[in-house]
Amino acid sequence: MAEFLQVLFSGLATGSIYALAAIGFSLVWQAAQVVNFAQGEFVMLPAFFVLVALHWFGWPLWAALAFGLAVAVAVLGLLFKRLIVEPMLPAGGLPLIIATMALSILLKEGTKQFYGAEAQPFPSLFPQSTVRLGGAVVAWQDILNLAVSLAVVVALTLFLNRSRIGRMMQATAQNPAVAEILGVNTKRMVLYTFLINAALAAVASVLISPVYLAKFSNGETLGLVAFIAAIVGGFNQIRGALAGGLLIGVLDNLTATYVTTEYRAALPLVMLIVIILWRPQGLFGTAEGRQV
Amino acid sequence: MKRLLLLGLGLVALLVAPLGQGTYVTYLLCSWLTFGIAAMGLNLTLGYAGQISLAQASFMGIGAYVTALLTLAGWPWLAAMPLAVAACFLVGLALGFPALRVQGHFLAFVTLAFNTLFFLVARNEDGLTGGPYGLSGMPRPDFGLLDTAQQPAFYYFTLAVFLAAAVLLWGIVRSPWGRAFKGLRENPIRAESLGLDTRRITLMAFAIGSAYGGLAGALFSPLVQYVEPGSFAFAQSLRILLMVVVGGAGFFFAPMLGAAMVILLPEVLRFTEGYYLMIYAGAVIVLMVVCPEGLIGLGGRLRDRFQAPRPRGDLQEGARP
Amino acid sequence: MKRRQLFAVAAAGLLLAGPFRPAQAEDVVKIPCVCELSGAGAVSGTNYRDGAHIAVDEINAAGGILGRKIVMADMDTQTDPQISRALVQKAIDDGAYAIMGTVYSGSTIVNMMVAQQAGVPQFTGSEAPNITAKGNPYIFRTSSGAQKGVPALTAYFKDQLKVGKIAIAWVNNDFGKGGHDVFVKEMKRVGIDLVADVPSEQGQADFSADVAKIRQSGAQAVFVYLNEEEDARFLKEAKKQGLAVPLVGEVTLTGQKVIDLAGGAAEGAYAHVGLATSAPVPAIEAFVAKFKKRYGRDTDHNGIKGYIGVYAIKYATEMVGKFDRKALAEKLHGLTLDASKYPGMLLTTSWDKTGELSRESFMTEVKGGKQVVIGTVPAN
Repeated sequence: MAEFLQVLFSGLATGSIYALAAIGFSLVWQAAQVVNFAQGEFVMLPAFFVLVALHWFGWPLWAALAFGLAVAVAVLGLLFKRLIVEPMLPAGGLPLIIATMALSILLKEGTKQFYGAEAQPFPSLFPQSTVRLGGAVVAWQDILNLAVSLAVVVALTLFLNRSRIGRMMQATAQNPAVAEILGVNTKRMVLYTFLINAALAAVASVLISPVYLAKFSNGETLGLVAFIAAIVGGFNQIRGALAGGLLIGVLDNLTATYVTTEYRAALPLVMLIVIILWRPQGLFGTAEGRQV
Repeated sequence: MKRLLLLGLGLVALLVAPLGQGTYVTYLLCSWLTFGIAAMGLNLTLGYAGQISLAQASFMGIGAYVTALLTLAGWPWLAAMPLAVAACFLVGLALGFPALRVQGHFLAFVTLAFNTLFFLVARNEDGLTGGPYGLSGMPRPDFGLLDTAQQPAFYYFTLAVFLAAAVLLWGIVRSPWGRAFKGLRENPIRAESLGLDTRRITLMAFAIGSAYGGLAGALFSPLVQYVEPGSFAFAQSLRILLMVVVGGAGFFFAPMLGAAMVILLPEVLRFTEGYYLMIYAGAVIVLMVVCPEGLIGLGGRLRDRFQAPRPRGDLQEGARP
Repeated sequence: MKRRQLFAVAAAGLLLAGPFRPAQAEDVVKIPCVCELSGAGAVSGTNYRDGAHIAVDEINAAGGILGRKIVMADMDTQTDPQISRALVQKAIDDGAYAIMGTVYSGSTIVNMMVAQQAGVPQFTGSEAPNITAKGNPYIFRTSSGAQKGVPALTAYFKDQLKVGKIAIAWVNNDFGKGGHDVFVKEMKRVGIDLVADVPSEQGQADFSADVAKIRQSGAQAVFVYLNEEEDARFLKEAKKQGLAVPLVGEVTLTGQKVIDLAGGAAEGAYAHVGLATSAPVPAIEAFVAKFKKRYGRDTDHNGIKGYIGVYAIKYATEMVGKFDRKALAEKLHGLTLDASKYPGMLLTTSWDKTGELSRESFMTEVKGGKQVVIGTVPAN
């Protein structure tokens, strides 16, 4: 039982971070029909912005975090949208997919070239102490990671459902033409989506890096998991991506503990195939219409 | 006439390419032709039938492992190769059949999962596949008159297989059946209303494309003389996809150009040391932004700029994605 | 004119114009370094190359090998076995006298066949057991293979720690598999019960399931056979879950990089290290200082491997008295280079008939955030 709780809690903590990446992924998909193959690198990179501020500029941690968030939003949100997505939208899906693949190589190689190939320790935001919960040892770090992720998701949902801008963003995602007629500045709304995606990636980055270390190649696995979590949960739902992320985090750990370690990576993939065949709109997705 | 002349010139260039070259350059040329075959296959799936497959490397892997196991067991390459190709064709059918049932890019998702599953099986089932150590020491085929153990001979062997594969594909694309692809891609609704079974055609395109992956794998095995799971990981599938799109999806010769870009350009850029992958990735982004049709489209644009406009020949042969 | 054909021809023409073949100068000897300068193996490969370059510069400053200066070209395999194979081929085309590298076993196992066919001696940094088990007369190690390193630990588990139940956490790639297989055999041989056998993925981030499984198994010690970052993640998770048994590694677990990454969690970890950068040997201390001075960072054991590899080529070539690749390989088989007479070796080193290497090695522990040598294991 203690073992079960142990892997369950750890899985939830890890899954919540996957969920942040997956949510950004599906937001961008809905707003611009862009499958972003560089999403993993979007989560890898902000940690390095923070490290640059910490070690090169010698800033305190809070300032470095703010710097990381700001640069991430500017580069991974604004520049990504303006320089790559916008000019390519008329050309349609495939060239854009290829461009994001190339972007992922560019970000990875760039990080390696300018900061180094070795994994870097990343300062922990939360106390290192642990707490016992029903026989399992849980780090405060895990609990707080989970809490922060959930808080971000709740805030985002409230923003999208309650605020004026949030509703305009939803309208844009559901039917850009009609939204435009109704006087919504759709271009601006799409831009907001990209900014939010970048911010989510930055949050995921600083939450995950103290545990997983900052390394240029971290995005490879993360991107794939986020992608799968988004599809499994349903590409058109925030709560779907959240559930998909948590589910993969937990199931991965449970498989490794009780079924097979060699094939632990296979489970999300099998799940992906089964879900596509059985329920193509995803576990929590709706068959018609899109919703931010 | 001009066309035949150019084809002939291209052929001569391919024939003399390895002459006077070191084994390294010859090796790269072999690698280029091998990946070119895999990319041609993917081009059929992607460029002509409009479906994204992210598992071309795993089909290469199936082909390579089947060939490796059989040739290590003493089979001649000529007997092992058809089995490798057939295996990929069947797996392609089995994978594509359910995935193409649903609309949208679900084939992309299913193939993405399949590629990683293939990697895991190849790594974990070490009784069959040698696990992470892989299989090594496959003999290069010996056809009596032509023993391909040495690099130049192996190049001509690869070239022969490549040309046969290209001619066959040319035939497929030109056949009435192949023309159906184009109809399908340009206007699926019209194609359907004309009585084409779009799903069956797409499925066949995917299966044939996968079989080409298997053929490339059957060549890869004696070329590298070592197969291990990492060579056929998901990243490799992305690389093959890159070849097709960078070249220009839907153009017959584009995959060769794309494969040359992906395999040979890094060698040319090597002098920039650590920066070459960055330059390369940056160039691909710029290419996609400036000219989404790929390199062939870029060439066409440049030419159009200097010449009077005339009907776009390429559009008659299978158009942009 | 159809532009497709035009481009096909243009591409083919480019290929023809491509070759680069520098003239063979007579007064130099080419020893290219083919190693992992990017990709997963970049840290190991870069250290290997930098260590080798220190040796090259020292030897050249002292007059070279038999009066010829060494030219060392760096070739980046991107940690890709296929590319490494192509580059070894290129190195041979360029007239390599001997080849340094590669470090990753998955690459070495592929490219060593090329060097063997061409009869070029190759000095690898790899430690997978199968490399010297293929009967290749041109491959030489610069550190002991896992089949030598892991058994050196057996006595430690049995006599020092006196454990009856043990667990292994290993990375499921060619490197990890090599160590794992030897370890399982060894434990069976001495009658220690293997109660948990936990493979993990390369680059795996979450080790909670791995550690929970080991904790549940009741193992009295854990053999940790992972790459550096995974070592650090494992140590952190073990500390978090309060896994209070000795964690013992081979080579990497007590390295400086792991200590930096794992923070306090590395404290008390043990490892057997074939070449410890912290070894209390003046020659090694001097080398480590030289490395730090030149590159501004600390080396790991791979830097030492690269350094002694180049010196081994120099010493053996001078014994042969001419530049003869075959004679060099034959000379090295069964050769012992005594560190007192051949200071570039740092430690007395011997090669057997298969190119396997032996020399004394060290048991290390992490104490106060530093790798400390706690014992010496004689050459086996």
